Formats: sequence, C-alpha cells, structure tokens
Amino acid sequence: MYSHLLSLAIWTPIVAGFLVLATGSDRNAGVARGIALIGALLGLAVTLPLYTGFDPATSTMQFVEILRWIPFLNIRYALGVDGISVLFVILNSFITVLVILAGWKVVENKVAQYNAAFLIMSGLMNGIFTALDGILFYVFFEASLIPLYIIVGVWGGPRRVYAAIKFFLYTLLGSLLFLLALLYLHVESMQYVKGGTFSILDWQRMPLTLEAQGWLFLAFLIAFAVKVPMFPVHTWLPDAHVEAPTGGSVVLAAIALKLGAYGFLRFSLPITPDAAHEYAGLLIALSLIAVVYIGLIALVQTDMKKLVAYSSIAHMGFVTLGFFLFSALGVEGALVQMISHGFVSAAMFLCIGVLYDRMHSRQIADYGGVINTMPRFAALFLFFAMANAGLPATSGFVGEFMVILAAVKFNFWVAFAAASTLIIGAAYTLWMYKRVIFGAIANDHVRALTDLSRRETLILVLLALCVLGMGLYPAPFTEVMHASVQNLLDHIAHSKILPIR
Amino acid sequence: MFDRFVIPSFAPAIPEIFLLVMACLILLLDLAVKSPRRSVTFALTQLTLLGCAVITLYQVKLSLADATMFYAERTFGGMFVRDPLADFLKLLTYLAVSLTLFYSRAYLNARAAIPKGEYFVLALFATLGMMVMISGNHFLVLYLGLEILSLSLYAMIAMNRDCPTATEAAMKYFVLGALASGLLLYGMSMLYGATGSLELTDITNLLPFRQHDRTLIVFGIVFLVAGLAFKLGLAPFHMWIPDVYHGAPTPAALFVAAAPKLAAFAVLMRLLVLGQTAFADDWQSMLILLAVLSMLVGNVIAIAQTNIKRMLAYSAISHMGFMLLGIVTGVVSPERFEGGDNFPVYSFAMFYAVSYVLTTLAAFGVILLLSRAGFESDTLEDFKGLNRRSPWLAALMLVLMFSMAGVPPFVGFFAKFFVWEAVMEAGYVWLALAALLFSLIGAFYYLRVVWYMYFEAPVETGPIVGGRLATTLVSGNVALILLLSLFPKFLLDISLICVYGAMQVAAGAFH
Repeated sequence: MYSHLLSLAIWTPIVAGFLVLATGSDRNAGVARGIALIGALLGLAVTLPLYTGFDPATSTMQFVEILRWIPFLNIRYALGVDGISVLFVILNSFITVLVILAGWKVVENKVAQYNAAFLIMSGLMNGIFTALDGILFYVFFEASLIPLYIIVGVWGGPRRVYAAIKFFLYTLLGSLLFLLALLYLHVESMQYVKGGTFSILDWQRMPLTLEAQGWLFLAFLIAFAVKVPMFPVHTWLPDAHVEAPTGGSVVLAAIALKLGAYGFLRFSLPITPDAAHEYAGLLIALSLIAVVYIGLIALVQTDMKKLVAYSSIAHMGFVTLGFFLFSALGVEGALVQMISHGFVSAAMFLCIGVLYDRMHSRQIADYGGVINTMPRFAALFLFFAMANAGLPATSGFVGEFMVILAAVKFNFWVAFAAASTLIIGAAYTLWMYKRVIFGAIANDHVRALTDLSRRETLILVLLALCVLGMGLYPAPFTEVMHASVQNLLDHIAHSKILPIR
Repeated sequence: MFDRFVIPSFAPAIPEIFLLVMACLILLLDLAVKSPRRSVTFALTQLTLLGCAVITLYQVKLSLADATMFYAERTFGGMFVRDPLADFLKLLTYLAVSLTLFYSRAYLNARAAIPKGEYFVLALFATLGMMVMISGNHFLVLYLGLEILSLSLYAMIAMNRDCPTATEAAMKYFVLGALASGLLLYGMSMLYGATGSLELTDITNLLPFRQHDRTLIVFGIVFLVAGLAFKLGLAPFHMWIPDVYHGAPTPAALFVAAAPKLAAFAVLMRLLVLGQTAFADDWQSMLILLAVLSMLVGNVIAIAQTNIKRMLAYSAISHMGFMLLGIVTGVVSPERFEGGDNFPVYSFAMFYAVSYVLTTLAAFGVILLLSRAGFESDTLEDFKGLNRRSPWLAALMLVLMFSMAGVPPFVGFFAKFFVWEAVMEAGYVWLALAALLFSLIGAFYYLRVVWYMYFEAPVETGPIVGGRLATTLVSGNVALILLLSLFPKFLLDISLICVYGAMQVAAGAFH
C-alpha cells in the first residue's frame, strides 16, 4: 500500500509554519496564533491514521514512500515507520499542539516567528523519525537545530546567546562525525551495490569488519550521546534548558532528546551490532553514572528548570541502559520510558513555566506555600512530580520497572545501581515540590498568585490523562513495538563481521 | 606553413565579439549621457548582458539539436573552445554580473565620487575577460582573459579616488596581481619549454612522453599553481583578499567576490588536465597543502573580524580551500580516469563553486541593501537587531549564513557534502576529518551573524532604503538558492554534463 501520510506528517506543520510567518508583524498576532493552532491540530490529525492503520504484527517498514532525490549518489527521499518510530511521530505532533497552546498568551514578542519556529521544527522532527535514507535523516537531523537555535536565542533568558551557541556547536560537532560515518558506509556499500547506497535498511544488512564497526560505532556514539545527552557530554543541556523559553524546554526534553536515543536504535545497534556488544560495558557504565551521579547533582540544584534538566539526563540514562542490556524487556522498557518521559518532562517544564510566567523566577528559594494560592495547580504538579519520581500507576513507573527487571536478569549490581533512581528521583523531585508548594506563604509575590487559567488547565489535564492512561494500561503502547523490537534484537544477535576471504 | 591560410570560424566566439562591440559602443555613448546616475548606460549594460545570454542560449540550443549532451566547438586553431562547461559558466557569469550591477545601483547613486559610466563599462570588460578565461584552451588565451579581468578590477576598486582604503586596496591588488601574473607566465614558459606547445590539449597529450624533463615540468607546475593560488586567494597567497574586500567599495568587492570565482574554476578545470597525466602526484600534494592551509587560515582568522566584508573575505578563502579539496581528490588516481568514472569529483567541485557564487552574491546584496548615503553598513554591529528592523532581510541573511556554514537543508550543505563524499571515496579520511574540524570552527562566525541579527537589540536605527527592485532581486537570488537546496539534483546533473564534456575536450575529442 502506498500512502502519503508520512509526507503529510512532515510537510503539514512546515507549510503551516510558513503561512504563520506570512502574517508578519505582531499586529496580526491573533491571526498568527490561530493559524499556528490549526496547523498543529492538522499536523496531529494526519498522524492519527498512522496508529489506527498500523499493523503491529509485522516488523517491516509501513507507510513507505520512496522517491529518487539525488539519483547520481543513490540518495532517496525514503520514508517509513516501524513499531519503534511510529509512536514518536504521534508524540511529537501531540506535543506541538500543547506547545502552541502553552505560548498562547505568554509570548507577545515576534509571535509569528515563535509559532512558525515550533511548527517547522515539528515537521523536521517527524522527518527524522521517518527517514529511511541516511542523508535524508541527516538533513532533518541538522535542520532541526536551526529553529531550536532561534527559539533559545530570541525568546530565551539572560544567558540565551551563550546557551544557544553552545547547544548548536556541541550538536554540530557530533553530527559532523555522524556524517562522516554515513559517507564511510556509502563508500563501503559500493562493493555490494553499484554506485553505493544510503539506505539505512541496506546498511543494516551489510557486513562490516570489526574494526570498521568500532570506528563507526564511536562516530555514532559521539553524535547520539551529545543528543541524548549522556554523561560526560551532557553539559549543554542544563544551559539550553534554563535559558530556553518554556515551549523550547518542552520540545527539547520531550522530543529532541529522543532523537539521540532513536539514533541508537536505528543506526548504532543494527548497523554495528558487534561493536555494540563490544562497547556495551562502557555504555552501561555511562548510563549508570547518568542515573546515579546526575541524579545526585539534580538534588542540589536551586533552579527548578535546572533540576528538571538534570532529572531528564538521569531518565535518559535509563533509556540507554535499557538498550544495551540487549533484551526485549530492556529495549521495550527504554522505549516506554522515552514516551513517558516525553509526557512527564513536558508537563514538568510546563508547570515551571506556569510559575515563571507569574513570578519571573525559577529559583526554588523564591517560592513557598504556593498551594495556598494555587490549589488546582498544586494538585496537578504533585501528580507530575510523582510521575517523575516513578510512582506506580503513572507512566514513569512502567518503563523504569521494565528496565530494572531486565537489568536484574543481566547483573544484580547493575540493577541495584539503576534502582537507586527510585530513591534519588523521588528525593530531588519531591523535595523540590515540598519547598515550592508546601509551607507558609513565603512572600507577597506568592500571595498574589492566581490559579491556573482554563487554557493552562486544559494543557496539563491532557498530559495528566496521558501519563495516567499509560501508567494504568501500557498495552496499546507496547503491543505496537513488540514485532519491531523482537526483529531488532534478532538482528543484533547475529554477528555481521565480514567473513575472512 | 603559410600555404593554406584558413579564416577561423568566428561563430563560437560570437558572445565575446558582441560584448566587446557593445562595450566599446557604450563607452562612446556614455560621453553623450549627462545625467549623473547614468541610467541609460546602466540599461544598455544590462541589455548587453541579456543579449549575450540570448546568444549563448541560442548556441546551446543549436548544439543540443544535434541530439547529444556533449558537444564542443574549437576555433582559432584550438585556442578557443565552446563546450557545455563554457556555455553554462558563461550564462552564470552574465547572471552574476547582471545581479551585481543591479544590487550596486543604489549604492553607486548615493555616492557622487564614483564615476558611474566608466564603472559599468569596466564591468563589461571584466565580463569579457571572464568569458575568455572560461573558453580559453591555450596558455596565452587564458593569460589574456585573466589580464583583461584583472586590469578592469584594479580600476573598479580604485574608482572612489578620495577613499584612501580603496586606493590602498587597489594598489595591493595590483602589485600582488602583477606578481601572480608573472609567476603564472613563468610556469607557462617552463611547460612550453618542455613540450613545445602552448595549447592545453597538445600539452596534455605530450606531457606523458616528457618524463626526462621532469624537473622542468615540475617547476613549471609549481609556478602555475602558485600563480593560480594567488588569483583564487588560497593561503598562503591570500593576503590581498581581506584588504580588497574590506577596502574596496562594496559593489567592487562584490564584483571581485562573485563572478571571477566561476572563471577561476574554469581555468582550474582546464589546467587540471595536466594533472590527469603523469604528474598527478606533484599537483596533488601541493593542492592538499593549499586546501588545508586555506581552510585553517580562513576559518580561524574570520572569527576575529568585526567587519562583515572582511569576515566574508576570510570565509571566501576557506571556501576556495574547500572547493580545492574536491579537485584534489579528483587528481588522486589517474588509473580511475582511464576507466572514465573519475569525472564526478570535479562536478562536485563545480557544484561547490556555483553554489558559493550564488550565496556570496546574495550576501553582499543584503549588505548593499542595508547601506545608504554616507553609511556603509559593513560592520557586524550594523547587523545587530536586524530582525526587528526588517524581518525579511534578516530571514534572507539567515538562509545565506546557514548555507555558507554548511547546515542542511541549504545548498551549502550539499556542496560540502559532495566534496566530503569525494574525499571519502578517495580514501582520505584524515582530510575529511580536517575539513570537518574547520567547518565546525567556521560555523561559529556564521552563527554569530545570526546571533547579532536575531538575539540583539538594534544599534543602528536608520531607515532601510534598499529599493524595491534590488530587494526583489536579492529575494529571487535566495529563492534560487532554496530551490537548489531542495533539488540539488538539477545543478549536480548540469555539473556532471559540463565536466564530462570538458574532460572529452581535454582528452582531445572533437578535434
């Protein structure tokens, strides 16, 4: 079956973004917001058939579209989704709607550009998750840096320039190495295909020497580790998160961080499986450092956004840990964790955004006793804080639990270290919650706070439903993945080292 | 020898002849034009370029009617060729010169000190020089074209006589340019000594049989490369570039920056055929050194610049280094050339050159749009807060800067990507890594322009008086860049045809 759904998922938001840009100056801010919301909703609507029409029984790519793009080098406009990527396309389109809503009354400066940047980025992100051609993937991967650079730099906090440039150069370094790896694969593939190939799926089947796999794996690792981000290349993330506007933080945490993890599943594991086994120890160690050490760093933060940023790094450590345990439970747990983190971190940043919009401070010390003035907010915030800490019946629990189970089977001490997150995570999240929300009203600013508006309530309730639904009944999410994850694991289990001729 | 004198066919050179006649006529007519803005001269100049384009297109149509993509006509005893490469680059040259003049119009009108009539005519003569360079298949013809171009440029840069920096720039350019010409001629004379011919095809065919003159030939090649490196502005022969870009009036800087790069690429292409033969190794090691040095010097020093013209000058040095990388890797394996599949690599370099010229044109176009009477708008500070003053111009500049930095999805990325592909295919992983590192360094100063435009508050608050026509044309220019970004295939396919055709010419086909 040939369909254009994926192209629609990519281009609907991008076209909407340019329409929004065309509304021009802030005098037409209302129109710009309206078009942006319609565009985002349309973007979400075209991704829904991806779920309903998805066949979970097969691991092959679905909704495939292939066009020749640069025939001379066999570069194709090739799109497709499997059980691993389909959920992220929908998640991304969903988060975009929330982000547009979240910026509705808050952003007053360059409204059209703000909304357009998010819509264009949303389309590009969908491109990343659906690209089946290495260069197409790379183009989307890199292009998505541009809107994010602008978002952080224009609507960000006081140190926004530093954060934006650091973020851009950091990720560019990783992705340039990634590009070299792609080129190397292309040159290698010339032995098998005339003119070589850039098809990711063909690369996954291509034999490679262990040495080549090792270098490729390292190049992939640098690119994706920066994106995830993994310890020790995580330092750009707290800066970017703290300086970014609320919407930027939400997209960064909910979607952009997933790109790195997705890259591991699409490139590192299937293309260089032997090297992945070789380096698994290193990756597990780095993941555990992220879980434990970064978790402890989160504990001492005085800035709420920074705290959640560090907590994101710790949660992503769980994801990479799950991947490199090489078991179905681990990989699926990691995927569930990715989606759950998409909801929970988005909600956490939105909650902080709600406070920041009213108080213009992110310092924990400036708050206290918020529950007295904002009871509805306090309730929702508590729910998300619990989810962030991994409370059972929320989505945060499911992924972490699956990964820990997989880790127990792998090695008890790995599992032990990983499980410590349940304590550390609860400690930093709930301690922050206590200092901000409970206690006596700290100052007059807190006394003057108003509770959630209807718009804010809508956004947070939507997210709360997702978190709760996924926590109570994760089957709709996991059953989509089964076939693809199993296929991936079968693939990794077979060595593809070149037989000695 | 003189028993049979054949009048050569002038047909392939009709665009050049037309341009020359028109340039002389306009020079005379200009005496009668009294208005200080010289609108008549300007219009005639543009019409001349249009006429050239029409003639060239008609020639292409006639050649294609013979049902083959690869055609070549030689005339003047093989000194002058017209092949797809020549036709395509000439068309681009007309476009580049025409856009340059359109962009420059308001700037020139606002400055009474610059004589307009002479400026336009000199531009036409410079165009003639470039066309001769593009079509030259003979050392002397190439040299002739180069000198016509250079002499016109010296005068255009010095046009604003009361401006000391412009005069200084012209002086520097003239002295170094003369030195470079000398080097080039010296190298040519050595190769002539070794082969007894000045015609490129003959030299290509003869060189493999002159191994016993190796020292002479290698010295000849060294001087040739040094001379060309001067003209292209490759490190360590780059010193004049920043001073000329910075000191010259912006329109003249644009003129130097854009179209001549196309001609220089053609010359490089034509001379490269020498490298196809037994002396590939000698070219290659030199060119690698030049390329890496240029990328290093260009990208690192550009960071320290506060003047955007000077920054673009260093960026030009690094871009030429990058383009050279594409050419270097083509020279690697002569045995692959025998197999006939080595030509793509030069096509990648050509793609790079063309996309770079288009981007540079638009970038200088934006600078010119922002300038007005008594205000140059050429420091980085002047770009601060441009997004608030004019979101449209800021968006255009954003595209250009990201394209130059090589960030997808813009065409600059594909240019860099193709060169990387060539380098990796040739097996030079370390070169690819070096190029990668320099691109990363380079990204910073392009990002800084975006940062100034978008993240900072305006310092300069004067009105933007760019003019509607020029703004539309710059926008069109950027639209073309975007089109090539989405469909790089078009330009790549044309480059493949052009380069393959030129290779056939070099190998002696179509005699």
